Amino acid sequence: MASAEALKCKECKAEFPLDASYVCDRCFGPLEVSYRPLGDIDVAEFRRRIQGGPQNIWRYADFLPVETQPGSSGRNTSRAGLPAGCTPLVRADRLAERLGLGEVWVKNDAANPTHSFKDRVVAVAVARARELGFDTLACASTGNLANAVAAAGAAYGMESYVFIPADLEEQKILATGIYGTRLVAVRGSYDDVNRLCTELSAEHPWAFVNVNLRPYYAEGSKTLAYETVEQLGWRTPDRVVAPIASGSLFTKIARGFEEWLELGLANGEVPVFNGAQAAGCSPVAQAFEAGHDVCRPVRPDTIAKSLAIGNPADGPYAIELARSTGGAVDAVTDDEIRAGVRLLAETTGIFTETAGGVTTAVLAKLAQRGDIGADERVVLYITGDGLKTIDVARGTFEIHEIEPSLAAFEEALPDAVAA
Amino acid sequence: MAVTVKIPTQLRAAAGGVTDAEVEGSTVGEALDSLYEQFSDLRDRISGDGGLRRFVNVYVAGEDIRFLDGLDTSVSDGDEITILPAVAGG
Repeated sequence: MASAEALKCKECKAEFPLDASYVCDRCFGPLEVSYRPLGDIDVAEFRRRIQGGPQNIWRYADFLPVETQPGSSGRNTSRAGLPAGCTPLVRADRLAERLGLGEVWVKNDAANPTHSFKDRVVAVAVARARELGFDTLACASTGNLANAVAAAGAAYGMESYVFIPADLEEQKILATGIYGTRLVAVRGSYDDVNRLCTELSAEHPWAFVNVNLRPYYAEGSKTLAYETVEQLGWRTPDRVVAPIASGSLFTKIARGFEEWLELGLANGEVPVFNGAQAAGCSPVAQAFEAGHDVCRPVRPDTIAKSLAIGNPADGPYAIELARSTGGAVDAVTDDEIRAGVRLLAETTGIFTETAGGVTTAVLAKLAQRGDIGADERVVLYITGDGLKTIDVARGTFEIHEIEPSLAAFEEALPDAVAA
Repeated sequence: MAVTVKIPTQLRAAAGGVTDAEVEGSTVGEALDSLYEQFSDLRDRISGDGGLRRFVNVYVAGEDIRFLDGLDTSVSDGDEITILPAVAGG
């Protein structure tokens, strides 16, 4: 029952067929998938159908731009490729207590096949790429997308080309190459990689998931909102805190909430949107602070490499969203990011990568600033796993190395003995 | 000064199908004006409000002109200007 109808320019509203294009050839604005209105739906029946769907993002296929639901269906099986989504939403009372907040939930999207939310967007982009007849995948990546595209290529048996900045964390490089992709490390920033891929996409008949397939890819992030609503008992949260790199995830989470509120599938209102950036790469936060509508590009210098996009494609829309919902876009320093990773780990048992440290640190900042009401239900979007940026943990705790004897243990940890 | 402008696929139809054009000018702005003289349909697609449209990125020798002097960035003989959509990535 897929209802995607056209690609539509976000700027001038011109419409184009649902093929592998991403830019309006009249005004250069971004193209976005538009859908036929579903009209009045039987909410209870629709909810039952979703709940009876597979334990992955294809339970929301009605809201995704694919003609046929990929692969075989079955409640507990992946339809095809890697089963992305249906990640835990964890109530984080100890984190809330530490920050003096009422109710905080952590959407732990590290619990995806390649340990970041990128499996969602890749699943949708690859499904559409296959419908359009592509046999080769490609992407420009800050690391997480590299993992997801390489793994999707392996799962489907498709060739893939993954382009990354050469200075990426070793963990992300290793966890990409292992899938047998053609890995290209570009001497330059992510923005250089992105420019190169934009040029390459015109020269090669490949499905660059975040270039020529970007309108489909971006839709995958809406599933983070659908899941949150479903997991909260068909209600929207009051506020969300989410990271901003290109701004695509941030704005598509909002779109997911809006779609379901409009249909009556979700109760509540569009949440307040707080965006999180690293101070070492904060073009969106800077533009928000200065009251500008467009972002001036920056040269990234931060430990949060997965958010290190100096020239964010959806920056203007992210600013608009934060303003229109009464939210903000804040930036935190590398030390605050490290503290954020630590805070989330020691209060929730969830070890996140530096991007999650950014998000958690911004939540802490908002709490400290008094921006969050005591009765608010807040959802924190944790988009990647701590094992991807493990160097952050190094040197942050003490290791008690001892001989294997009781005496040695008692000497090393006298307080444990007293207790 | 003769410089080369590389035309992105999305704009080639409005530029008679060419992939690049030789233009004259000592700044990026002048070079683009020279491009518009050859292909008048390109002007509205690339520029607006006295500057570039917000989803157009322009590079000189691979460097984003917003890190240089914008449209006042000087160009010299043999330089290559690349026009690309800004909406990729992320």
